Amino acid sequence: MYPESMQESIKKVKKTRSERLKLVKSGKEIYSMMTEKEREVVLNKFHPDYQPDARRKIRIGPNKGEELTTEVADLLETYSRIDPKDFDLTKLDYETDVLVIGAGSAGFAAALLAEENGVDVLLVTKLRIGDSNSMMAQGGIQAAVRPDDSPVLHYLDAIGGGHFENKPELVRALTAEAPDGINWLKDHGVMFDRNPDGTMITKSGGGTSRLRMHSARDYTGAAICATLRDEVLNRPDHIKILEHQPVVELIKDNTGKVSGAVLYHLENREYFTIKAKATIITTGGFGRLHIRNYETTNHYGATADGLVISYRVGAKLMYMDSVQYHPTGAIYPQQIIGFLCTEKLRALGAQPLNKKAEPFVNPLEPRDVESSAFIRECLERKKGIKTPSGHIGVWLDTPLIDQINGKGAIQASVPAMVRQFARFDVDMIAEPILVYPTLHYQNGGVEINAQCETNIPGLFVAGEASGGLHGRNRLMGNSQLDLIIFGRRAGKFAADYAKGAKIGKLTLDHIYEYEKDVKKLGIDRSKISPMVLPDYIPDAVKAKQLTTKYHGTLR
Amino acid sequence: MADKVKMVKIVVLGEGFDVPEDLTIINALEYAGFQLTHGVGCREGFCGACGTIYREKGDYKLQAGLACQTVVSDGMYLAQIPFVPAEKPVYDITKLKPDITAIKDNYPIVFRCVACNTCSKVCPQDLEVMDYVQALIRGDIERAADLSFDCIRCGLCALRCPAEIVQYNSAMLARRLCGRYLLPESKDLTSRVKEIAEEKYDKELDELVKMNLKKLKERYYSRDIKLFDH
Repeated sequence: MYPESMQESIKKVKKTRSERLKLVKSGKEIYSMMTEKEREVVLNKFHPDYQPDARRKIRIGPNKGEELTTEVADLLETYSRIDPKDFDLTKLDYETDVLVIGAGSAGFAAALLAEENGVDVLLVTKLRIGDSNSMMAQGGIQAAVRPDDSPVLHYLDAIGGGHFENKPELVRALTAEAPDGINWLKDHGVMFDRNPDGTMITKSGGGTSRLRMHSARDYTGAAICATLRDEVLNRPDHIKILEHQPVVELIKDNTGKVSGAVLYHLENREYFTIKAKATIITTGGFGRLHIRNYETTNHYGATADGLVISYRVGAKLMYMDSVQYHPTGAIYPQQIIGFLCTEKLRALGAQPLNKKAEPFVNPLEPRDVESSAFIRECLERKKGIKTPSGHIGVWLDTPLIDQINGKGAIQASVPAMVRQFARFDVDMIAEPILVYPTLHYQNGGVEINAQCETNIPGLFVAGEASGGLHGRNRLMGNSQLDLIIFGRRAGKFAADYAKGAKIGKLTLDHIYEYEKDVKKLGIDRSKISPMVLPDYIPDAVKAKQLTTKYHGTLR
Repeated sequence: MADKVKMVKIVVLGEGFDVPEDLTIINALEYAGFQLTHGVGCREGFCGACGTIYREKGDYKLQAGLACQTVVSDGMYLAQIPFVPAEKPVYDITKLKPDITAIKDNYPIVFRCVACNTCSKVCPQDLEVMDYVQALIRGDIERAADLSFDCIRCGLCALRCPAEIVQYNSAMLARRLCGRYLLPESKDLTSRVKEIAEEKYDKELDELVKMNLKKLKERYYSRDIKLFDH
């Protein structure tokens, strides 16, 4: 139920619905697509990335002098939470062949493939295994499986969607191995949606030229991630797991190879050291940095820790100047602000409307353009709808979906979302939902090649933490695929590398080197990273938490 | 300006805290000054990390729900559960048969179900948990997989089960068996995987990788788009 203050606008939406339905049925567009020029104007003026202070030059480290997203640059120009002199690296707590940091789908795929290639794996995570963005993906996973599709078309779609800035060798690996990735998941028992004759049910997604999106209802990410977790747990002889222990620094050896890591136990606050012949980072993205104060669709742990520890050992970042905002994040009810309302809703016919129930943008502009148009409608034209908590959004008229596609269409295609809204008394089948752009995805990351290697020997990266695959714009369904294809690759190549690796004397001296540069910038010693977990404690409470030493991190 | 929000008192570890009435349990704990390091995950009801128990004012009943999906009420007594340490047997999925033998060998506990329906009542996803347990007992793997599909593995069912069944883990096995063995084969997938193994697309992909930008753009913008089933 919407509060009284929003009812008047809802009445208008209901009133104009039949007119808008007629328009759809007549085959006319509800609102014309913008011209290239119009897109440019709205992007420049309203897209968060294009605001004057959205990016700044990073002053230290391997990307020194490059423009990065401001919050990322701020996060990187910081001190370590440890002092290397406190660690005796001749006495280690754990030793392994391959260390995997981060337990989402990419980490699981890496662990499984490393194990299958004959090495021992240590899988570490700062929460429970499986607690990750991977688990939350709703929409789908791309793979060119239909007879009218091919890896070649998938390649073109992905590289065009990324404005031709994607690293070609990565896109090649992604698209050529996609069908095998789906087959591998199926063999592990993922229940992809299928027709009675066995053909995969496939849907379109923004920027795809064929029906290529495979799904498992709207729990696609959960189905994949939980299946792989179950399989990882089936191999206890060679895959050891440590939970609730974030990695806070990487360890190198005297030849400059990454050779292990330092763990921090979140519950008993002890630090532990790991020696590893190869290290794979699968820590995901940065949604919880709340860039430009945006709400996020991301998991509690999405704080870019992998980026920070990689940068400190000298790994180069790529495309860390672009952020993906999803146009339709929930902005009401209060309890689900920032939650993702999948692109599928607009593909099925839901229309964005302002408070007067007027259409103001075509529902299927590219994500960045659509988001900017929403922001313009709310901030410049003042035609957004205000919620009791003071947030502003636009309507997404979901009841149209059933009117266009037949009764029951919403319930059948997005059960998770219907449930989500119903929990807070909004019936999205009968009433529109209120949405606003939300921080969704880290397009860039640590630069990798097709073997998931970075410029630092011994350090491999896969999934959202990596950079290069998507250019500056990822298409829907290519992130789930990324986790599987590059997670597997990282596992295999890291295992191969580990078999021949000789580790020298271990050191954390690179932290001193890095901190020298941070100090030169005059940065306050209280600024430390990685963040590990976000901080949502109100200022008034914090003022009384007298031993709080650090901002934006654990105390 | 935001409208003024009414405050309610929640009780955590015996101590009362005033928090806005529209917060979820997770948000209310943070509002009260707790930095959460466990019993919290995606915060959107997908990961099942925040299954919790609580008691409402004047009520003797212990209730269960997801802390990120349950709104606080005045006098609500809260507790946090880091996770449910339920048993997960080790098995080789390639050696199992998709029938009752897989259930008997790995989750014999499900046969102890007393059909009390506590699991279904506690499920925050409103799944018919008892029905899928009964399906497992009959060896109806497909039915159990279908009924448990939306399970987020919070473990609350296992926590409240008087027969000590590990419902959510046994359902995971059912879905894996179903996905691997029981769904009809996708012939398109099988033949595409074979084509790729035979390197059918390698030459063309290699050309694309090396193609100059101008030509690549031409290829991209001239590609035909087919988004309907024929």
